[in-house]
Amino acid sequence: MNIRCNNLSKNFRRTEVLKGADLVLDPGDRIALVGSNGAGKTTLIRCLLGEYTHGGQVLVDGIDPRADRTGALGRIGFVPQLPPPLKLTVGRLLGFTAEVCGSDIGRMADISGRLGLDIDTVRRRPFAKLSGGEKQKLMIGIALGRETELLIMDEPAANLDPTARHVFFGLLAELKGGHSMIISSHRLDEVAPLVNRVVEMDRGRIVLDDHVDDRIDLAAVLRCTVAISRPTQAFAEAIGAWGFRNDAGECRWQGMIAGPDRLRFLGMLSRYAALVENLEMTEGSEPDAPAKTP
Amino acid sequence: MGTVKGMKQLIQLAKADIGESLRARWFLVYTLIFGGIMVGLFVSGLTESRVMGFTGLSRLLVTYLQITMAILPIFMLITTVRSVVGDREAGVFEYMLAMPVGIGPWYWGKLAGRFLAVFMPVLGALLVAVVWGLLRGVTIPWVQVLFYIGLLASLAWCFLGIGMLISTLSRSTDVAQGAAFLTWLFLLLFLDLILLGFLIQEGLPPESAILIALANPLQAFRTAAMLLFDPQLVLLGPSAYVILDHFGYRGYLVWATAYPVLVGLACAGLGFWIFKKGDYS
Repeated sequence: MNIRCNNLSKNFRRTEVLKGADLVLDPGDRIALVGSNGAGKTTLIRCLLGEYTHGGQVLVDGIDPRADRTGALGRIGFVPQLPPPLKLTVGRLLGFTAEVCGSDIGRMADISGRLGLDIDTVRRRPFAKLSGGEKQKLMIGIALGRETELLIMDEPAANLDPTARHVFFGLLAELKGGHSMIISSHRLDEVAPLVNRVVEMDRGRIVLDDHVDDRIDLAAVLRCTVAISRPTQAFAEAIGAWGFRNDAGECRWQGMIAGPDRLRFLGMLSRYAALVENLEMTEGSEPDAPAKTP
Repeated sequence: MGTVKGMKQLIQLAKADIGESLRARWFLVYTLIFGGIMVGLFVSGLTESRVMGFTGLSRLLVTYLQITMAILPIFMLITTVRSVVGDREAGVFEYMLAMPVGIGPWYWGKLAGRFLAVFMPVLGALLVAVVWGLLRGVTIPWVQVLFYIGLLASLAWCFLGIGMLISTLSRSTDVAQGAAFLTWLFLLLFLDLILLGFLIQEGLPPESAILIALANPLQAFRTAAMLLFDPQLVLLGPSAYVILDHFGYRGYLVWATAYPVLVGLACAGLGFWIFKKGDYS
């Protein structure tokens, strides 16, 4: 799917939120859309989805999403950062999506199930009554269960439990090469392993557009051993949250982490750099117990 | 977008909105109120009493209609004005309008769903009274009942349209609810019972008074409801001559049914045009 944003601008009354942004997305591009709060990421996404009026031009496969919503949005899956407070039951929401998007309920339910949400047990519950994690799993299940060519996701893994997070990375890895993605986040380390391109926004402008190494296997897991100089409670709690277990008097910890989570794991370890004596990370096969992420 | 596909989407969206409404707390309160009114009228023995010539089921229906006139519009407005601006604030539009649905089916589907959800309890309570009458062997004034249903549907649609317009114009739920309340109060004030009566007393030209009465959908409903059981409009006083001379019995009933529908349609249409031109989320 091709996306073209030419000189895109957007004002809210007197505030100029987008100031002539240009963006080209080609099939296979997986973009991390990063920037601080107020940089214009959400506004850019809403313009792409045809939800905002704007200056300049947005074309999705040559179609203006404001003019032909069905044509432009039919192949775009969207996962918002905050789940909407829908009172619809889960079953009704799936049925509605299937009808409107021409997708298969079974496939959406299957993906939700792989993420750890059993649709049969929540089918009659209102969407708004689900937990934050359950809502996120369902919205990801719906977006990935549709026949899409572009996924737009806003902090998609933020509310996921450790197992679901690992499965989610695996599901992204299963997508075909021509599949495009835009993943919005205000932290690059959260999404860097998932993408092959970084677009940074600042005060309504695109200030960086660069390609990154995408050789990380999204489905990979890493066997990891950390040795520390002395046991501390804070470190035990932090690494325990990643599912690590200790031996040798709480100075040696072992566990598995999801491949795309390596940067976040190292970020956590950096807080205890003075304690760490040795660190081993080895790419391995699917573990018996899933890799954990706090 | 093809017409058939658009209609399918509209039906889906109407069903979704009905599903949302049925699970909302306001709907429960609303249904209980209209059910409660009907039960209250039965229990208080209104059907057995006679006041100004109305008795039995006729008396009950007249009272129900008069109470509905006061409650239905404000309920319609308060619940409807939250629909567009409230969904926008809550992020519902951001998610739902990221799906490949046309704005037309979205807006009109929502409107149709809301209309059915809000009108059904009102109609249901009315039909309960009719069934009760049948079971008691009372003669049912079928023509009047059908006109009452038409008038209620017309009133509900009118305020639904006004509510959608206010909702699309408002930037926050608080503003929308305030505007809805003021609109209801304004129309309520210009009833013959309140400000209009006072203005006539103060020497307002009759033509102006009649014009205001005809333009106010609440007054149109009230007058038509009276007309159905009081064809000479004795209750209304001298104004009755103007109404009956200019419109006639059937002519006024047609006006009172069609005019609020047109007002509602115009407001909803304007709301759609504004919504379509602006930001959705």
